[in-house]
Order: sequence, then structure tokens, then C-alpha cells
Amino acid sequence: MYRTAKGEEIFVIDGHTHFWDGSPANQKNVHGKQFIDCFYAYHSNLSPPSEKWEKEKFEKYDAKTMFDDLFVTGYDDMAILQPTYLTDFYKNGFNTTERNSAMKKSHPNRFILNGAFDPRDGSKGLEELHALSEKHKLKGVKLYTAEWRGESKGYKLTDKASYQYLEAAQKLGIKNIHVHKGPTIIPLNRDAFDVADIDDVATSFQDLNFIVEHCGLPRLDDFCWIATQETNVYAGLAVALPFIHSRPGYFAHVISELLFWVGEDKILYGSDYGIWTPKWLIDKFMAFEIPADVTKETGSVLSMEAKTKILGLNAARIYGIDVEAQKKKIRAGGGYAHLPEAVHAPR
Amino acid sequence: MNGAVESAMRPQGRSIEDRRAQIWACLQDVMDPELDESVTELNFVTRADVDAAGRVHIEFRLPTYWCAANFSFLMADDMRRAVSRLDWVKGVSVVLGEHMYADKINAGLAEGRSFQETFGAEADGDLDDLRQTFLVKAFQRRQVALLRHLIALGQSPEQIVGLTLAELGCLPLDDTGEKLVRRYLERRAVVGSARGDAAAFVDVKGARLSTDGLAGYLSGLRRVGINAEFNGALCRGLLAARFDLETPFVPRSKAMPASPGGEQVP
Repeated sequence: MYRTAKGEEIFVIDGHTHFWDGSPANQKNVHGKQFIDCFYAYHSNLSPPSEKWEKEKFEKYDAKTMFDDLFVTGYDDMAILQPTYLTDFYKNGFNTTERNSAMKKSHPNRFILNGAFDPRDGSKGLEELHALSEKHKLKGVKLYTAEWRGESKGYKLTDKASYQYLEAAQKLGIKNIHVHKGPTIIPLNRDAFDVADIDDVATSFQDLNFIVEHCGLPRLDDFCWIATQETNVYAGLAVALPFIHSRPGYFAHVISELLFWVGEDKILYGSDYGIWTPKWLIDKFMAFEIPADVTKETGSVLSMEAKTKILGLNAARIYGIDVEAQKKKIRAGGGYAHLPEAVHAPR
Repeated sequence: MNGAVESAMRPQGRSIEDRRAQIWACLQDVMDPELDESVTELNFVTRADVDAAGRVHIEFRLPTYWCAANFSFLMADDMRRAVSRLDWVKGVSVVLGEHMYADKINAGLAEGRSFQETFGAEADGDLDDLRQTFLVKAFQRRQVALLRHLIALGQSPEQIVGLTLAELGCLPLDDTGEKLVRRYLERRAVVGSARGDAAAFVDVKGARLSTDGLAGYLSGLRRVGINAEFNGALCRGLLAARFDLETPFVPRSKAMPASPGGEQVP
């Protein structure tokens, strides 16, 4: 919960969090080491110095640390757990739905647990998706189209198998398809960052929402073009948002382009925890204003209303979260006990 | 840079230091295809040396272990080609360090194989298409930068769209403007005829820009430039974090002159 100086309460849903184990003990090979090292480079490069973690903590943090960083120190009210399997690199996987489900189980009102699928897993994978969905009542999945799998170096959402999986997702009520289009894992020669396949499936599956994580960076330009034409394509801010500290000028340009092309109703906040933490991201985001010269060019304004939507209301809408009811549940569970007294008072 | 050019024209005095400077000058013109920035300015090249027999050895590294193999290969290949144009060069080896596919790429490069040959069935063979995509993006980005500069100087849309390439080349501009023109002209042929009497400013299909549509055209392309700049910032930052670049890397040719003990290819 973020509370403004005027006492307004902003309900925050973190669209992108992980509960990973990248520790040396879990690494299967050099790729596992390089993977967590690369994440750590993102973390060290874009975090303010005071928010930088020791490598050891970054490799593997415990459930309490994560809970505190998100909901006590941080302003998140809820967080979506996005899995990243990487079973070729890590003995028990990096951040599987199973591992994440422990967090969800301990704090059912705080987490939304997403699953994953990979169309290259064929009919067995479809069965597993059914089972996973039944077990966890999934409303969303996270896909890595560029993930290495044996001989295959990635897939496209337009592949025939992908269509089968998306049809299954639709039937199972998995409405939200988060697609990792961004700094990616082992793109070989296919242009793994290409967002054109999103355009196709967004048209074919009008009932599904496609959340393009990292707003298509490094293909922001192509993504903006697609998102403006499709009503069910959203931008996830993870990775773009931390630039608000180190390169506020760039962030201003990126967010104003997103507001211009995608619109304030279709942008979702995400910390990408544990790469970055909600506290400083949201402090900076709430204080941020698009400079006048950029606004003059794009006409984009990051109003308080837009911030409220980006931080929580948009995600609440697509995940079917009743914000007031959810606040009551969290408050009843003592979830706001750490906040100043005034915040407890229902408006 | 100028020193390198001058020494290239001098028949005598091709010392190792001169040659090294020439190599760096060549590498400066090699671009990261995605960022459209020089591989030397991006700090990718860590070593460029030459032995007494005229064999050149180049080493480079990238911001992540996972940087796309095709782009990595492309840059290495471009470096080799650029340096091979120097008339004294008897051979070029290019080595990529600390990368997921370093061994494979380095073996392919050493044997002079193409990307497709190096990766076989794993490659789609569409490297040329990809290269073209990024050449077009580079064209757009450079064009927007130049157009903005001209507009800021007070040139009207009529004047701008009316220019031929020959006229553009003759505009009296300051150093910044000249650099923007030079960079634009380097990519102008990507989208159509670059003869002197051709329109200076055309869209990606080669059609002359219109006076009325110029403002809309510019705002449509704005996101291409922003994307490239954002990626550039990300890549520089990741490289710095990965290799702990407390101080900027100084190419050997630009370091203290005549520094003894400079490494050479054995």
C-alpha cells in the first residue's frame, strides 16, 4: 500500500516477481552460473548503491526476506509470481511454479501464482498444463519464446503447437499470457526479440490478454506499433522502470512513448524482484514527472490517475481482483499493521 | 583518427604503433548492428595488435554471456573485413571472449566459415534479412537525428524535403551538423538510389518525404531512436557491471605514446 502525502491509498499489484534459487549448489553447469551472474549485472548496474545486495543474498533469498521486501519495506499489496524453469541450467529449476507455490500457500491473499508452458512439450505438456491449472487455479502463465530446449533455440507463438496451447489456456480460464520479450536467454540466430508473433495471436485470441514483459525492449519501437493496434496487448514495465534512477531522461522518453502508443490503461508495474525491490522503484515512480520538453513532444502526461492504474488497477482488472475486498482481507490478516495509524482507517 | 589516415598515406614509417592506430581507426567504423554504435566506442574491443609479419589479432567481449550469437558473429566478421582492407594486412584473427558460443564462433571465424556453416542446422540462415532490418533502423535513426537538427536550425519543411543529396552535402553546417550528414549519407543507400540528384530525404520505401507529412513522419519514427538509445544505455551499463569497469577502457593506441612492452601476437 502506498500512501500519498494527501492520504490517498494506492493499491499496488506487482506484476512481476520471482522466488528463485540461483545458488551454486543448485547450478547444473556454467550456464547456470552465467545466468545468475547476468541477472546480478542488471541488479548492480541499475540499482541505487544503497539498494545493492551482496551476491550471496542475490543468488538465493529466503521466503521471509521476499515477503518483507515486497509487503513490509515495500509498497506491494499483492504480487504475481512468474515462473522461470531453466531446468537445463539448474538442478531443481531456477524458479518453478512448484517453488513459487510455497510462497502462495503461506500468504494466499498476497500472491497470484502463475504457471508456465512450452508448446514444444507436445501432448504431454498439454496434460501437465491441465493438471497445473487444476491444482493452482491458474489465471496466468509466463512464456519464454526464446528459451533453449535441446536442439530447439526458441519458438514462436504463431507455431501450430503454440496455438494448441493457447486454445487450451483459453478453455482453462487462463486469461493472462505474459510473454517474455526482452533481454533474453540464449537467442541464437532467430530474432528472439521479435514481437510480430504477438500481433498475430492477439488478433486470433481476443479473449486472452497478452502482457509483453519488459515492454518489448530491446524492440520497444516495434512493440509500440503492435500494441497500439491490438486492444488486448499490455506492456509490463519490468526492466524499463529501474532506469528511473540511473537514467531518468531515458525513462521519461520510454514511459511517454508507452503512454502515447499503448495508453495508461494497458501498462503494468513490475519490480522483477529479486532483481529490483519495490520500495525504491515506487518512491521514485510516485515522485516522477515527465519533463516539459518531452511532454511537449508526445503530449503524454503521467498523472496521478495514470500512476494508480499502472501500479495496481490495471492488473486488478485483468486478474479479476476486487481491490476493496482484497484490502479488507489483507487488513484483517494484519497485513497493514506496520503502516502508520491513519492508513488503517477505511476511507 | 587523422593521425591514422595520414600515416596510412605515408609510404615509410609503418611502425607497429602506426599499424595499430590504423587498426583502431578501421574498427571504429564497425557498428554493433542493433545499437548502431561503434564497437570501439562501446568498449567491446579489448585488444588489437599486429605482429612483424602483418598479422592482426583482435579480441572483443560483449555485455552479456547471452548476447545473440548471430549479432556476435556479424560484428566479428565485420571487424575482420574492415581490417583486411588495409593493404599491409596478411591475416586477421578475431576472438570473442566469455560468451555462451565463444568456442563455436571462434572456431568458425578461424576457419573462415559463414554463420550458417558454423551453426549448421541450428541457424535459420536469415542473417542477411536481419542485417537488412537493422540497417533500415539505423537509417531511420540517423535520418531523424539529422532532420531534427535541420529543423532546429530554422530550415522549413519545404526547404528540407526539397533538398537533393548533392545539395545536402553542400549545406553550410557546424561540426555536429556535418557529422549527422555524414552518418546519414552512410546509410542513405539502404533505402534507394543515392545519386546526387536523388531526393535527400526519403522514407524506407525510397519515396520523397512530403512537406505536410513531415511532422507526423518524425513523431512516428521517434520511438526508433528512443529504443536504440535505451538499448545502448542498457548494454553499456551491463558491460560495465560485468567487467567491473571502474575506469573507462583506453585502447592501446590512445594510451601513452610509445609505451614500451606493448603486447604483440606471438
